[in-house]
Amino acid sequence: MSYQPEELLICVIANLLESDPTVRHVAVGAASPIPGSAVLLCREETGDRPRASIIHGETNNPFTDGAREIFDCAGQGRIDVFFLGGVQIDGQANINLLGTMGEGGYPAIDRRFPGSFGSAYMYFVVPKVILFRPEHSRRVFVDEVDFISAPGVSARDVHRPGGPKFLVTELCLMSFNAERARFRLESVHPPHTVEEVRDNTGFDFDVADTVLMTPEPEADRLNVLRSRVGVEIGNTYPGFASRVFGIEPAKEAVA
Amino acid sequence: MNIFDNVEALSARVPDGAFVALPPEYSWVPASLARALIVQGTRDLHVLCVPIGGITVDMLIGAGCIGTLEAAAVSLGEAGLAPRFTEAVQSGSIRMKDSTCPAIHAGLQAAEKGVPFMPLGGLIGSDIEANRDDWRVVPDPMDSGNGPIALVSALKPDFAIFHSPKADRHGNVWIGKRRELMVMAHAAKETLVTVEKIVDEDFLADEATAAGTLGNLYVSGIAEAKNGAWPSVLHGVYEADCEEIATYAYEAKTVEGFQAFMERTLAQTRLAAAE
Repeated sequence: MSYQPEELLICVIANLLESDPTVRHVAVGAASPIPGSAVLLCREETGDRPRASIIHGETNNPFTDGAREIFDCAGQGRIDVFFLGGVQIDGQANINLLGTMGEGGYPAIDRRFPGSFGSAYMYFVVPKVILFRPEHSRRVFVDEVDFISAPGVSARDVHRPGGPKFLVTELCLMSFNAERARFRLESVHPPHTVEEVRDNTGFDFDVADTVLMTPEPEADRLNVLRSRVGVEIGNTYPGFASRVFGIEPAKEAVA
Repeated sequence: MNIFDNVEALSARVPDGAFVALPPEYSWVPASLARALIVQGTRDLHVLCVPIGGITVDMLIGAGCIGTLEAAAVSLGEAGLAPRFTEAVQSGSIRMKDSTCPAIHAGLQAAEKGVPFMPLGGLIGSDIEANRDDWRVVPDPMDSGNGPIALVSALKPDFAIFHSPKADRHGNVWIGKRRELMVMAHAAKETLVTVEKIVDEDFLADEATAAGTLGNLYVSGIAEAKNGAWPSVLHGVYEADCEEIATYAYEAKTVEGFQAFMERTLAQTRLAAAE
């Protein structure tokens, strides 16, 4: 059964959530239809887990105490998984959401992107942060970021229950080891190769003894994605649901 | 608390150089009031986005109203980068105080409590923290076992401004579950609100409405503004005008395009006000 690249990435992320029974509550930030779909897929497949909180939407949004609530909720340890990306990500998992810097560094900006959002906090307090950046290139995966929105690792005396655990890109899945402050290549998505990952990564990384080929999405999984998950994520991301799953927004019922 | 005849009377309360807190586009942004600030030629505002900005703050930047901006991020969401913000930060024409969402919430909460700063987790080792002279990292003052902790200064805006579906005649303003608007108003010296409609019922008379109401203790001025959040969303009343925002995203990429767009949109606003 043929599939879209987005569908493979959704399945890779859903596997990371399904295989870890400690994942009970996943929060998804703004403009994140692929992570959002992965959480909903996981919930369909396990029957009950995890709770999915999709902020900035009206469905699957449990927060009633204003914009600060998600951060306070995370600070208490009530959120197990969060997703972050970056304009640049380096080999120590430092992330830069701000932009590339000009001569002399910040505040001289070469190319400005929106900004750091809640990353400088969420990266510290959420136990399992999954870095998600589809574009896998040397302009994204650099040796050293121009600006640290949030650091990948911290000194031992800094209170840090959370941090990066995985990196998902259009080419591969990597894990992150905070002790070594290094990524390790775990699996490569078909039809790509380890060499291709190396050629497009600007930092040095470890390689698992056996690098797996990422499994392709099974037909029954794709069916769930293109029906129940697609309809539900379409409430928050109608454009995405239409483009990837071919699901058009429900028409208003005619009275 | 005063009820003003129109948005222009409300915007006239905001002087050049004022420190103004502004909600994000999805939380009842006062777009009409911002357009009135542009028309009256306001300069050198210090705008605090609570905690992120969109088309409204981008227009204020493009029109030259902002001297200093504090935000965790500014973008047009699905419509892409905020063009006038991007250009202003790259050219250094505004002073940018980069922040992160919970630090803005915590700074406002400090002001709410009348204390000078608030401790907050995370932040340590971020270049955001390294570039903020109004934040500190201190050793754990209570020996609680936490280790070093960041302190962020209280944020005390001169004005909180937002839009709402309705206020009552006593100046109590409906905010529903948009409780960041409550925090903004508590922290600011004055709060100015535009509403779709001023209604006769007393919101504080019924606990169900009182729970979603900002009391008039904090409100200094109200004016009616039909479609006052347009082109952004006003939940339960109207959806975002995505086409208008996409048009802006495209045209405002150049100074000339921005000016042409603004002339058109301000003319439309005048026409709507005259009806």
